[in-house]
Amino acid sequence: MSVSAGAKRVEQLDRVVIRFAGDSGDGMQLTGDRFTSETAQLGNDISTLPNFPAEIRAPAGTLPGVSSFQVHFADYDILTPGDSPHVLVAMNPAALKANLSDLPAGADIIVNTDEFTKRNLAKVGYAVSPLEDGSLAEYAVHPVALTSMTVGALAELGVAKKDAERAKNMFALGLLSWMYSRPFSSTLRFLESKFAKRPDLVAANKAAFQAGWNFGETTEDFAVRYEIKPARMKPGTYRNITGNQALALGLVAASVRSKLPLFLGAYPITPASDILHELSKHKKFGITTMQAEDEIAAIGAALGASYGGALGVTTTSGPGVALKGETISLAIALELPLVIVDVQRAGPSTGMPTKTEQADLNMALYGRHGEAPLAVIAPKSPSDCFHAAIEAARIALKYRTPVILLSDNYVANGSEPWLLPSSDELPDISVEFTTGANGDDGRFLPYLRDPETMARPWAIPGTPGLEHRIGGLEKADKTGDISYDPANHEHMVRTRAARIEAIEVPELEVEDADEHARVLVLGWGSTYGPIGAACRALRQRGLPIAQAHLRHMAPLPANLGEVLAAYDKVVIPEMNLGQLAHVIRAKYLVDAVPFNQVSGLPFTAATLENMLEDVVKNG
Amino acid sequence: MASPTVELKLTAKDFKSDQEVRWCPGCGDYSILAAMQRFMPELGIPRENIVFVSGIGCSSRFPYYMNTYGMHSIHGRAPAIATGLSVSRPDLSVWVVTGDGDALSIGGNHLIHALRRNVNLKILLFNNRIYGLTKGQYSPTSELGKITKSTPAGSADSPFNPISLALGAEATFVARTIDSDAKHLQSVMRAAAEHQGSAFVEIYQNCNIFNDGAFELIKDPSSRDDHLIRLEQGQPITFGAEKQFSVTHPAGSFGLKVEEGGEALVHDATVDDPAYAFALSRLSGSDLGTTPIGVFRNVQRPSYDELITKQLVDAKSQADGTADEMLDALLNKADTWTIM
Repeated sequence: MSVSAGAKRVEQLDRVVIRFAGDSGDGMQLTGDRFTSETAQLGNDISTLPNFPAEIRAPAGTLPGVSSFQVHFADYDILTPGDSPHVLVAMNPAALKANLSDLPAGADIIVNTDEFTKRNLAKVGYAVSPLEDGSLAEYAVHPVALTSMTVGALAELGVAKKDAERAKNMFALGLLSWMYSRPFSSTLRFLESKFAKRPDLVAANKAAFQAGWNFGETTEDFAVRYEIKPARMKPGTYRNITGNQALALGLVAASVRSKLPLFLGAYPITPASDILHELSKHKKFGITTMQAEDEIAAIGAALGASYGGALGVTTTSGPGVALKGETISLAIALELPLVIVDVQRAGPSTGMPTKTEQADLNMALYGRHGEAPLAVIAPKSPSDCFHAAIEAARIALKYRTPVILLSDNYVANGSEPWLLPSSDELPDISVEFTTGANGDDGRFLPYLRDPETMARPWAIPGTPGLEHRIGGLEKADKTGDISYDPANHEHMVRTRAARIEAIEVPELEVEDADEHARVLVLGWGSTYGPIGAACRALRQRGLPIAQAHLRHMAPLPANLGEVLAAYDKVVIPEMNLGQLAHVIRAKYLVDAVPFNQVSGLPFTAATLENMLEDVVKNG
Repeated sequence: MASPTVELKLTAKDFKSDQEVRWCPGCGDYSILAAMQRFMPELGIPRENIVFVSGIGCSSRFPYYMNTYGMHSIHGRAPAIATGLSVSRPDLSVWVVTGDGDALSIGGNHLIHALRRNVNLKILLFNNRIYGLTKGQYSPTSELGKITKSTPAGSADSPFNPISLALGAEATFVARTIDSDAKHLQSVMRAAAEHQGSAFVEIYQNCNIFNDGAFELIKDPSSRDDHLIRLEQGQPITFGAEKQFSVTHPAGSFGLKVEEGGEALVHDATVDDPAYAFALSRLSGSDLGTTPIGVFRNVQRPSYDELITKQLVDAKSQADGTADEMLDALLNKADTWTIM
């Protein structure tokens, strides 16, 4: 394949946002993923946002069937997948219609004209083709007969017409790769491996890619080719990673660094299933994955494994956590380690399974009967899911408690470059099982606590002399015997609350560049990117603002009250109706201002910038 | 994978915990507990390698009274919890104690899935055909028309036949016994313990407070001979004071029949086709008219624990370095790039 830039003009850009959009069957996720990988090879900073329907194949050519993948890449470090695309690749009229309102004037639109048939236009309510009625005048439209050119390019290969048509996404990828000067060797390797059993499809997809590349080079419609220099990033080895992948690898690392076998009990649920898929591949680490009969069995099996001395984990989304509530309470009563991963999605009920939301915070903190406290942590970005998983396991093991890890669809399916840690930089989170009696009289007291951590002994079956019974009934302090004694219950309820409050978590850090800020924006979890980008933009415009981001939602960092008190105004943006804001107002008596969005989509940086600008200027 | 057995000089007393037993006086659970404590030393398994897991209900207090490891969990979930324990700790002998409400109502899903997976669990279902701990509502094994606190006009629910249900769930070992017959109880527990995979044992248990005499027909010496069928491996299936009744398989029929005289079937619990054990299970209904006890089905197929353990052992044999080295290799197994 020729890589010469030809005679085209080359322009330097500092950042670009591209959105690939098509029918669910058009392979847009794969196309975006490949473009991202090529971009990563080049050393740009990247952030991605897939957006797809819950239906596997919604009716072809309809608006509900549109699937898209947005990638933002730059020569500096970026925090979000970008608010609005500079380039839209629209594989059909539905993709154009569904995404047009997100485009700023002047954006490039590459459309697959072959799909702009009367029938397809009618499906989405276009009486006249928007390519012909002048309605796209404010954009730079590039009509390309993607399908027929792909079929033409593959004519000599003898592949079936259907297979040739399906390769049109590679034509689009080839064209975009040319436009933005992407290296493509990783894509060719990927195609060889993906279609290893079908050499004809390897050839077809490679040829389609090349045809797209060559088209860019030769057609006059694309006069300019762009380059984006590598970003200045911390030295080291990087890979691009999604939150779900990072979370799964973090659990593998937690197993390695705790020297405990990991047991995952899970029931398939969007958007958490990928964690189960990933972990099921890593049995050589001693990892057992069990696809249980339901959500309750999944957590039950994980708790049973924890009782036996494994690192028990269950992964799910909000509806699953609701079902697991009673077993989480049991784990709280038993005081056993357990990690519950909730990849949040838009609710209530089935809600919008492939859209994001942060509305399970209340459930994580309070969604159980009785006084049932536990630890909650939330990752702030895709790669942070790796470290959050290790932190969740650390707390669960050291303090013998269930821990809820609140990821969400935005970080789970979004991706970013990840500076790979080396295993020896990761914390040692190993703990000791109890092997001997701990009572004065040589008795074993299963609820006698470690004075430092308040954790009870973890004496696993198979340990001679420590046979004991535990259960969900209230237990007498120290002995663990069944107890209905009023004073004992009071003591145990308060002790369970105190031991969670006593978990050591890092202090909250505040980013306040010039220390003049009077407004603090407090976030948690996946909103870190857009809040950070908004704060940067404000500071660049000379507007002071402080940012703090919570990772530990329970217990909260010890210095949080002090941080809040240092500012005139505290703003809390959340993808819910103000759940963290309620906590902050109730616990710290701070008149925090909630800012809420529950559209199923992440905040854009611009939305937050506008809102924060108003608060900074007008109070 | 069996628990290691060793020469141990344990007695029934060694299996009694220090907890006061708190079932109602006269409850059938006492005799089951006593039989279990007498039987346990026979297992030859150290106490620390035995775990009892239970759900909620009167029967589920059982683990507190056994001086082994034990977990009194939540309603219906014991099979799920025990599955995680058994799969991750194949060195343990894991027993589930449950009741008709716990196993067949709220926990029905977990029971059938544990059985189809053939998890190496010994599941003891104490069936008293009533909710005892909640003071007397009808259960999924209560007879149709049963008048209870929650069904003053009689229950409109048809009951489960637990043996039929277990067989339908692909159980490999299915048996029934009675609380009052200590010898039979122990013989069934022994067979269950020896079985590799799920062993499902229904124990008819009398609740003398809320459903007293539920199984009297097959317990009372004056009536039991004509109603109780003792299944014995390799023996013709006959019953009655004079062994005058036979269980036969009429030509052209799908089911079995009880007749006076006739050519009795020879019992074989190892028959691969579950239709035979199922037909046996259909001999009795709510009325207990002709009720088989003993081992209905005892066949071999790989347990879930074995299959999962084998996958782990095979995968671990591919290990190429220390855990830390493999972790580093895994993290780097992608398209990576390096910034100097």
